[in-house]
Amino acid sequence: MDRTAVVGARYMSSWWRSVQPAPKDPILGVTEAFLADQSPDKVNVGVGAYRDDNGKPVVLECVREAERRIAGNLNMEYLPMGGSVKMVEETLKLAYGENSELIKEKRIAAVQALSGTGACRLFADFQKRFCPDSQIYIPVPTWANHHNIWRDAQVPQKTYHYYHPESKGLHFAAMIDDIKNAPNGSFFLLHACAHNPTGVDPSEEQWREISHHIKAKGHFAFFDMAYQGFASGDPEKDAKAIRIFLEDGHHIGIAQSYAKNMGLYGQRVGCLSVLCEDEKQAVAVKSQLQQLARPMYSNPPVHGALIVSTILSDPDLKKQWLKEVKVMADRIIGMRTALRGNLEKLGSPLSWQHITNQIGMFCYSGLTPEQVDRLTNEFHIYMTRNGRISMAGVTTGNVEYLANAIHEVTK
Amino acid sequence: MHPDFTSPSSSSSSSADRRLNALVRHLATASMVSQTAVAFSPTSGFHGDSVFSHVVRAPEDPILGVTVAYNKDPSPVKLNLGVGAYRTEEGKPLVLNVVRKAEQMLLNDKSRVKEYLPIVGIAEFNKLSAKLIFGADSPAIRENRVTTVQCLSGTGSLRVGAEFLARHYHQKTIYIPQPTWGNHPKVFTLAGLSVKTYRYYDPTTRGMNFQGLLEDLGSAPSGSIVLLHACAHNPTGVDPTLQQWEQIRQLIRSKALLPFFDSAYQGFASGNLDEDAQSIRMFVADGGECFVAQSYAKNMGLYGERVGALSVVCRAADVASKVESQLKLVIRPMFSNPPIHGASIVATILKDSNMFNEWTIELKAMAGRIISMRKQLFDALRARGTPGDWSHIIKQIGMFTFTGLNSKQVEFMTREYHIYMTSDGRISMAGLSSKTVPHLADAIHAAVTRMS
Repeated sequence: MDRTAVVGARYMSSWWRSVQPAPKDPILGVTEAFLADQSPDKVNVGVGAYRDDNGKPVVLECVREAERRIAGNLNMEYLPMGGSVKMVEETLKLAYGENSELIKEKRIAAVQALSGTGACRLFADFQKRFCPDSQIYIPVPTWANHHNIWRDAQVPQKTYHYYHPESKGLHFAAMIDDIKNAPNGSFFLLHACAHNPTGVDPSEEQWREISHHIKAKGHFAFFDMAYQGFASGDPEKDAKAIRIFLEDGHHIGIAQSYAKNMGLYGQRVGCLSVLCEDEKQAVAVKSQLQQLARPMYSNPPVHGALIVSTILSDPDLKKQWLKEVKVMADRIIGMRTALRGNLEKLGSPLSWQHITNQIGMFCYSGLTPEQVDRLTNEFHIYMTRNGRISMAGVTTGNVEYLANAIHEVTK
Repeated sequence: MHPDFTSPSSSSSSSADRRLNALVRHLATASMVSQTAVAFSPTSGFHGDSVFSHVVRAPEDPILGVTVAYNKDPSPVKLNLGVGAYRTEEGKPLVLNVVRKAEQMLLNDKSRVKEYLPIVGIAEFNKLSAKLIFGADSPAIRENRVTTVQCLSGTGSLRVGAEFLARHYHQKTIYIPQPTWGNHPKVFTLAGLSVKTYRYYDPTTRGMNFQGLLEDLGSAPSGSIVLLHACAHNPTGVDPTLQQWEQIRQLIRSKALLPFFDSAYQGFASGNLDEDAQSIRMFVADGGECFVAQSYAKNMGLYGERVGALSVVCRAADVASKVESQLKLVIRPMFSNPPIHGASIVATILKDSNMFNEWTIELKAMAGRIISMRKQLFDALRARGTPGDWSHIIKQIGMFTFTGLNSKQVEFMTREYHIYMTSDGRISMAGLSSKTVPHLADAIHAAVTRMS
C-alpha cells in the first residue's frame, strides 16, 4: 500500500475520537434489562406495546387476514411521496369523522408518515420552515421523544403545566394560565387521548375550555393521537377532543399512528394532516410536506399502508378491527380495576383511585425512582423510573404479585 | 389537600363559574362571544386565518413529476423512461421470485411478531448487508470496525449519515459530482451540510471528465466529504475504470477527504455483486474510513418497502460502537425505528444460500436485459443513420443512459412522440423493451435531425 494512502488513512484516525458514546434510551433500556433477568417472577411493565392476558404480543386477526390478501397479489413499486392515497383517505375519516365536511371540501393537507414519530417530525420540520419564529409548547411530562423531535427540527421549545403530582391528575388551572401567558400564535402540542406517560386526560368540559383559550390567543393546536380506539375502546369517543377543536374552528394539525391500535408497531404506519383554509391551501401545504419528506426518505413504506387500507376499506374487516381494538382496551381497563382492587384489599394507606381514573396504556403510579428501583431489585419488576406502569404488561397472572410488590415498597 | 385539586378532573374553586361560562360561550353567537372579556387575537383561527396562509405550492419533483405527466397522457404509444424502476419485456413491474418466496415464508411463520424493531433495525439484516457490500472476508468486518444501521432505502441512509456528519464531523462541506441524482443536494442541505460540486461528466465525450475530477477534489479543503457513486452513476451511467478508481482513492486518502459512497445498484450494473462493489472494497482495503449508503430498491426490486442500510467503517472497534450510539440519536427523533417488512425479506434471502443464489440469477437476468436494450437502441440508431456518435449508449452502465439530448429536444420528443424522460436527457433503459426500442429510436432520430 503506497505511503500517501497510509498517511492519509492514519491522518483520519482522529476524526471520530471526539464522538461521545450516547446515553442509552431510557425506555428501551428497561426492556433490555428485563430480557437479561433470569428470575421466573419477572414482570415487564416498561415498554408500551400491547400484551394479551398471557403476556404475549398480539397480531390482530384482521391484520393477518389483510396480509394474506396482500401477499402475492401486488407489486412493490414506489408510493407517491405523500404515500398511499387510499390509506390517507381512510385515516382522515377516523380523525375528522366519517362524513366530515372538511374532507369533502378537500381542506385537509395529509401525507402518509412514519408512524407517530415521523408525523410529528415532518410537522416540526414544516413548522420550522414556514413559521420560523414560532415555538412549541410541550406538556410536562410527555413522551420523551417529543423533546428530541422538535429539538432536531430546531424549533425552540417551552413547556406547559399538565400533570399534577399531588392529585395524580390534571393541573388544569396552571395549564390554562400557561396557555394564556404564551405569546399569541404559539404552537401547542396536545395529546388527543390517553396521555403518555400519565394516562391523565382532560374531561370533555375541560377540553372545551382549553379550546376556547387556545383560540383566544390564536395558538396553533397540534394533536398527537397515538391511541385512538385504544383509550376508551371507541375510536369516535377517543377523537372527541379533536372534534371539539374542529367545531370551534381551529386549523389544527394531527399526527396519527397505527402502531398500537392496529398492532402495526414495526411497520411504521401513520399520517400527518394539517387543516387549511381551503382546497388551494391544502394542495400547497401538502406539496410542501412532500418537499420535506423527499430528502428524508423519498416516499414512505408500502406494506403497512396496504394493511391499513385493506382493513379500513372492507366493511367486514373494519368491523373486526373495531371489535379487536375494544378487546384490547377492555382488557387494560379490566387490569386497572384489578390492580386498584388488589392494592385496596391489601389495606394500602394510599389512594389508588388514579389507577382507574387514568386512561390508555399507561398509569402514572406516583412511585418514586427509589421505589421503582426497589421493585426492580427486590421483585424483578421492570418499569421506567418515572413510575410509569404499562398496563398492557399487567395480566391476571401477575396483577396480584405486582400489587403486593407495590404495597411492599409504599407501605 | 388543596381545595383546587380534590379530584383529577375538577378545576378551581370557581368551577361552577367556569362551567357556566363554558355553557354561555357555546350557546352564544360569535358576536356575543367577542363582547365578553376574552380578547381574540388577529391571528385567531376564529377569523378563518391559517398560520400557514403564506405557504405556496412547491414545484413538482422533476423526476417523479415525469411519471405524473406520463400517467395523464392518453396516447397508446407513450413510453415512461423517467423513474429508475425496472420493467420487464412486457413493460410490467417485477417482483423477484425469490422475494415472493421469502414473503410467503414470513407469512407462514405464525410465530412471527411484528413489534418495534430496535432503533438500528434488524441485527441480522445489518450484518448480512455489511457482508454483501464489503465482502464476507472484509478485514473491517472481522475487526468489528463497521457499524451498520437499517435505514429507509438509499435516501434514508444518506440522510442519517449526513445528519451524523453535520453534528460530529469537523468539516461541513460535501462535494457531489456534476451531475448527480437530483435529490442528493436536497438530502445533504436539509441534513445541515453545505454542498459543493466536482466535475464529473464531459458532455463532449459523453464520458468522464477525469482531469476535472482530479483537479476539483485535489483543491478541496482537507477533510471535506466526497460523495461517490459506487457503480452505475446516476444519471450518466459513466463509471471510472478500476485504474481511475485507484487514482481517486489515492487522491482522497492523501488529502484526508472522507468518502461517502452511494451504492444503489450493486449487482444491477454489471450483473455481478462483487464486481459492482469493487470501488468500495478498494477503499476499505487501505484501512481508512468511509460511509456507505446501501439500497435494495432496485437490486431486490423492493422499491416501495424502503429497505437500505448505512454503514460507517471506522479505524477502531470502540469508535464504531460510539458512532452507532450517536446514529441512534439521529434516528430516534426522525422515525424511531425502521420498517420491518422489507428488511425481513432481505435477511431471509441473504442468509439462505439457495435463495441467495436464486437472487443472483434473477439479478443477472435484469442486468442482462438492460445491457441488451442498450445494444438494441444503439443498433437501431445506427440503422437509421442518426447523426452523431451513439457509442456512449453501450459504454455507459446501469439503469440510465445520458443521451446527450438537450431540453428542447426532450420537450420535442415528449410532445411529438409521447416519450417521457427527465429534461436533462436521461433515459431509464429499464423502461424499454424490444417492442418499444424502434419508437424511441424514431423519436431520437427526429429530435436530432429536426431540433438542435
